[in-house]
Amino acid sequence: MVESKHPWKAWIYLAPAIVLLLIFTVWPIVNTLRMAFLENYNIMAATVPGVTFNVGLGNFQQVIQYGGFLTCLGNTMLICFLTVPISTFLALIIAVCLNAIRPLQRMLQTIFFLPYVTNSIAIGMVFAAMFNMIGNNFGGEGELLITAGIINNIIGIFGVEPINWINVGSSYAANVFVMVVYIVWNALPFKILILLGGLQSVNKQYYDAAKVDGTSRVRTFWRITVPLLSPMIAYVVITGFIGGFKEYSSIVGIFGEDMGPTGDPRRLNTMVGFIYDALANHQGRASAAALILFGIIFVVTMINLWVSKKKTHY
Amino acid sequence: MTAQNITMQEKDMSRVHARQRVMKIAVQVGLYAFLGIMALIVIFPFYFMLISSVKSMDEYRQTVQTLWPRDIILHNYVDAFKTANLGTLFLNTMYVGVVSTILSLVITVLSAFAFARLEFKGRDAMFAALLATMMIPGELFTITNYATISAFEWKNTYTVLIVPFLVSVFYIYLLRQNFLQIPNELYLAAKVDGTSDLKYLWKVMIPLSLPTLISITILKMMGAWNSYVWPRLVANDEAHRMITNGLRNAFTDSTGDVNIPVQMAAVALVSTPLFLVFIFLRKYIMKGVSRSGIKG
Repeated sequence: MVESKHPWKAWIYLAPAIVLLLIFTVWPIVNTLRMAFLENYNIMAATVPGVTFNVGLGNFQQVIQYGGFLTCLGNTMLICFLTVPISTFLALIIAVCLNAIRPLQRMLQTIFFLPYVTNSIAIGMVFAAMFNMIGNNFGGEGELLITAGIINNIIGIFGVEPINWINVGSSYAANVFVMVVYIVWNALPFKILILLGGLQSVNKQYYDAAKVDGTSRVRTFWRITVPLLSPMIAYVVITGFIGGFKEYSSIVGIFGEDMGPTGDPRRLNTMVGFIYDALANHQGRASAAALILFGIIFVVTMINLWVSKKKTHY
Repeated sequence: MTAQNITMQEKDMSRVHARQRVMKIAVQVGLYAFLGIMALIVIFPFYFMLISSVKSMDEYRQTVQTLWPRDIILHNYVDAFKTANLGTLFLNTMYVGVVSTILSLVITVLSAFAFARLEFKGRDAMFAALLATMMIPGELFTITNYATISAFEWKNTYTVLIVPFLVSVFYIYLLRQNFLQIPNELYLAAKVDGTSDLKYLWKVMIPLSLPTLISITILKMMGAWNSYVWPRLVANDEAHRMITNGLRNAFTDSTGDVNIPVQMAAVALVSTPLFLVFIFLRKYIMKGVSRSGIKG
């Protein structure tokens, strides 16, 4: 490092970043804390001279008592605890298999990475079309036309009756299924990329030793591969949880901005969706919800780190 | 050991080898079968999008869908382009993407240089504080930023789509790590020669960290292309609407009677640039992604 003759020069280089960070990062942190603890705070009311807000936990109370919040929290938890284990396990299996083949490896790797470079709203619309039971509501003049949709066609091959996945009157379980399929599909590429990268850097000697000892493949997988990969597994689980708690646009992609099937809006709303709903008119409540979200993410990350520290083998 | 014994052993060994070879082939077949099926599942939505995008409405409405279109109707793409007004959306998105990428690169390079090469008070503490902000979910900032840009009267302008996201702590971090790998001797030599900092930055540091800068450019452009929540919130007027937002809006019909083939054509058109970028710049995307853990 060089002792500069002009220490102020560094600040000139940093000036644009600092100004923008102060306005769009530092101030929001301070302001969110302030708004969250001012009861019933909203920006419109705050501009009226003489209006003051009580300091207290009113916003947090409102968030928790507000009916929609528990739905949002439940949906978000469900997304996390279903999609993270499923996608991590699938990605691990696929990565291990990819690592064990030579011909076509690169081509398959590319295919598995494809969902990453997509627009989650756009491809959400494709998933919606695939699961749509009523391909199109209207046939001819006022005639209701019911078609099965491609997914129902496929499960029909196996003798399963068509299921109403996302349309009017669909069940919550069916909605969640579609959501989980889409989120897992979306989450796989990143996890495969990280886990395959980890596998390729694992020392081959461990496997040779296992082979000499005649260890079975399943045992090798659980006793060698998983422990050696544990730092990468911990990484994809943590980022998966953080992503899961912030899930929003995948659901907009499938169900539209109503966040639910027609006739039952907000049924699949998430924590982030809750914040956006309150954002324009109830900034106090939105801030409190954002702090709760941050708190949950923080706690879950700490638990994950703590568990992985105990379980990780470096 | 007698000669007979040795041939017996050899026979045993070759039998074991043969069995091992059969096992190995069986395992390989199993691996390819599994990966093949998974690959088909992963790729199926894209296939469905493409075949549906060229079907007629009548064909799409069939109770059992065809896996290959009977007639290929390319006119769906023309309809999609018109219905979703993709031309304007595309230009808006490109403008926002290009301007914000250029400005963001300048800011990132300058900050990373200061953190990597210059000595000043509180440098490490400040860098640590910056990294800590990465833990906070973006929604926490959005609430106040929405109020801030309303107060600045930036609603429905390009500025609001560009300025709030110019500084990315993650990009500064990425580039600083890259800058730190460049030997300090080069910098000292340049100083002795009387080269200015900016010239050194331009002639040495930037060329040496070009791969990272390309990764940042791609991620930033993809970010603009895929951004949805913020643009919908602050610039949802006809003149500034971005592509993802426009796509979602164009096909949200209250009657529920959406022309799905045309919708799929629009989705395909919006997805194409991403695939092109992916095919030609895969290396940089994967490199940036594996270090970030963030999408776009």
